[in-house]
Amino acid sequence: MPQHSYGAIPWIGLTVLLPLLGFLVNGTLALVRPQAKRVVSLVGTGVLLASFIVAVLVVLQLRQETLIGPYTVTFWHWIVVDTLQIDFAFALDHLSAVMLLVVTGVGFLIHVFSVGYMREDPGYARFFAYLNLFIVFMLLLVLGSTVPLMFVGWEGVGLCSYLLIGFWYEEKANADAGKKAFIVNRIGDFGVLLAMFILWTSIHTLNFAVIAERAPTMLEAGGPVVTMVTLFLFLGCVGKSAQIPLYVWLPDAMAGPTPVSALIHAATMVTAGVYLVARTNVLFAMAPLSSTLVAGIGALTALFAATIGLRQYDIKKVLAYSTVSQLGYMFIGVGTGAYVAGVFHLVTHAFFKALLFLGSGSVIHAMHQAYHATHAHEDAQDMRNMGGLHRYMPWTFALMTIATLAIAGVPPFSGFFSKDEILAAAFARGAEHPVFYLFWGMGLVGALLTAYYMARLLTMTFLGDNRTGTAEQEHLHEAPWVMTAPLVVLGALSLAGGILNLPAFVGGHHALETWLDPVFEPAKKFSQLVMPHGSTELLLIGGAVVIAVIGLVAGIRGTLVRPIVVAKNAPAEMGFARVLFNKYYIDELYQFLIVSPIVGLSRLVLWKGVDQSVVDGFFVNGSAALMRGLGWLGSRLQTGQVGVYVILFLVGVVWILGSVLR
Amino acid sequence: MLLGPALALSAILFSIGVAGVLLRRNAIVLFMCIELMLNAVNLSFVALAQVHGLGGQIMVFFVMTVAAAEAAVGLAIILAIFRHTQSVDLQNINVLQG
Repeated sequence: MPQHSYGAIPWIGLTVLLPLLGFLVNGTLALVRPQAKRVVSLVGTGVLLASFIVAVLVVLQLRQETLIGPYTVTFWHWIVVDTLQIDFAFALDHLSAVMLLVVTGVGFLIHVFSVGYMREDPGYARFFAYLNLFIVFMLLLVLGSTVPLMFVGWEGVGLCSYLLIGFWYEEKANADAGKKAFIVNRIGDFGVLLAMFILWTSIHTLNFAVIAERAPTMLEAGGPVVTMVTLFLFLGCVGKSAQIPLYVWLPDAMAGPTPVSALIHAATMVTAGVYLVARTNVLFAMAPLSSTLVAGIGALTALFAATIGLRQYDIKKVLAYSTVSQLGYMFIGVGTGAYVAGVFHLVTHAFFKALLFLGSGSVIHAMHQAYHATHAHEDAQDMRNMGGLHRYMPWTFALMTIATLAIAGVPPFSGFFSKDEILAAAFARGAEHPVFYLFWGMGLVGALLTAYYMARLLTMTFLGDNRTGTAEQEHLHEAPWVMTAPLVVLGALSLAGGILNLPAFVGGHHALETWLDPVFEPAKKFSQLVMPHGSTELLLIGGAVVIAVIGLVAGIRGTLVRPIVVAKNAPAEMGFARVLFNKYYIDELYQFLIVSPIVGLSRLVLWKGVDQSVVDGFFVNGSAALMRGLGWLGSRLQTGQVGVYVILFLVGVVWILGSVLR
Repeated sequence: MLLGPALALSAILFSIGVAGVLLRRNAIVLFMCIELMLNAVNLSFVALAQVHGLGGQIMVFFVMTVAAAEAAVGLAIILAIFRHTQSVDLQNINVLQG
């Protein structure tokens, strides 16, 4: 019998190897020939395109296979200690296949956009080297067959995030934002580590597939062990996916170049937490307490971040809080047990949020060039300085509108299907645990606010009169095709992304759900979710659509009625708007409650107290003083008087003779 | 034959030498005391040679040779010190004090 051939699947390692190669080439060029921009663009985007093609071939092959468990490609034994054996291996299943396509596909589009956006930057080669390296680590995270290998990717994307947030490190604020992201993420990573330790001691494996196999038999469902593991895992997700209370780093991460915000801080890296929950779905299904917490934190974040988004003026800040909010929706999904809905929203969000960020990048690019041409020093990201841009950038305007409708949840755009599915699932779970009705309600209010702030963003940026300045207006123009082309592709995806998982009432058959079924099969034993059907379903959908439309109309009207004052003349916000503008003073609160005490403790106790007094004063200088004292005592014997030496010599001789002769 | 008295005399001479080294300050006198100790040892060598064979007597020659060399070097050092400090009093020579 001929051996079964898996087609392209064994070549899956290429998807990681190619970007790694790109990183090495671009990294070398960044050090040796930073001006070789043509080569860098070719290599940087070329490896991503090749990687994406391999990924497509792999997934096409996967469609034809009937696999039980993931297809694993082992490269070498990575860690072998006693009974612990961890292979450096990639595991391809239907979930990692989805992520593989999103990361390489959206990643490729954003790389192409960056060719135009970063054209003038002196750090061009360095930028593409980091971007390639990010893809390497993101794919390690997605494909790693064991928790430690996934964790390598997890930390690696954190590193790339840090490097890219602080890409323009000459300004201290940017470097500080990078550090903030890195440090806040450490808190979450510590949770993942602890979860790994508990998993190892309780079920003696760190392989995802084996975990899914052993957990149902070796762990008690709803017991303390599985609850602890999932809570610690979720702590990691809270850090990486910017949920309350660790979300504070993501808005600051907007200090990085806009393509970075699109790729890392919207489409891929920040969704790693959602991916991790989906990946360990068995554990979360076995721990209803943790799952409820996941959904609760998600709902709270979705609502909370949306309110902050209402009163931000920096276009990227609005999108940043929107991302935090949308990630909250994904966690409502996976926390409710609707893993498919969570992953579905992850995918559609990757499309429309990448589009929104790239579109805002296109706007910032135009604004920046206009201000650069007239040597004005205005904020190119402040929406109060924009307005009426649809006349100058029709393509960007049209595509941003598509993305806005998608995120607001207007049918038939992609976001409608995914967000609706999440809310319907939360509603369905409410029949079992009434608290989920609350989460559903919070999600619904969040959806209203989402529609409002997105309409506000669109209106302030593209509609009304232009506020950039008369001299600047003639310099405002559409971005080059290399930047608009990826936008068009993403626009098409945002428009049609819903096809992936069309519900039955419009004639679909839940394609994504069928596709992901093998991955989430084990979880179903522990938590069954009966989705609403018939009139309930239509009522929920109708309600969601009405809310989205109300939000959009209110957003447009609310923004158009009041005249907007340009940023430099703008009056201070008053009342509750001021609280929202200052993000509920959460950063100040953290500064007061956590940062200042730690800095004070470090300075007064650890530095001045422990280090300077105890370590330096007592141990270092103390031992020196002790030795000097002993030396002083010894030197008292050295009188320089021969007579004394002779006496000592004699005493010594007598002593030795005495002891020998005795 | 006279072994006991000879060793006794040797011990007395040696003790006088030790006492001189310990108590006197003048470098020349101290030097003479060292010679006294050497010769006290020589005396006991000669005395014991009666019992243990000629080895002791041969050793005496070695000691005398070395003592002569030592006297030359030692006196040269004392001379040098005297030129430097105008004194041979050991009390004043303590540059190696700790």
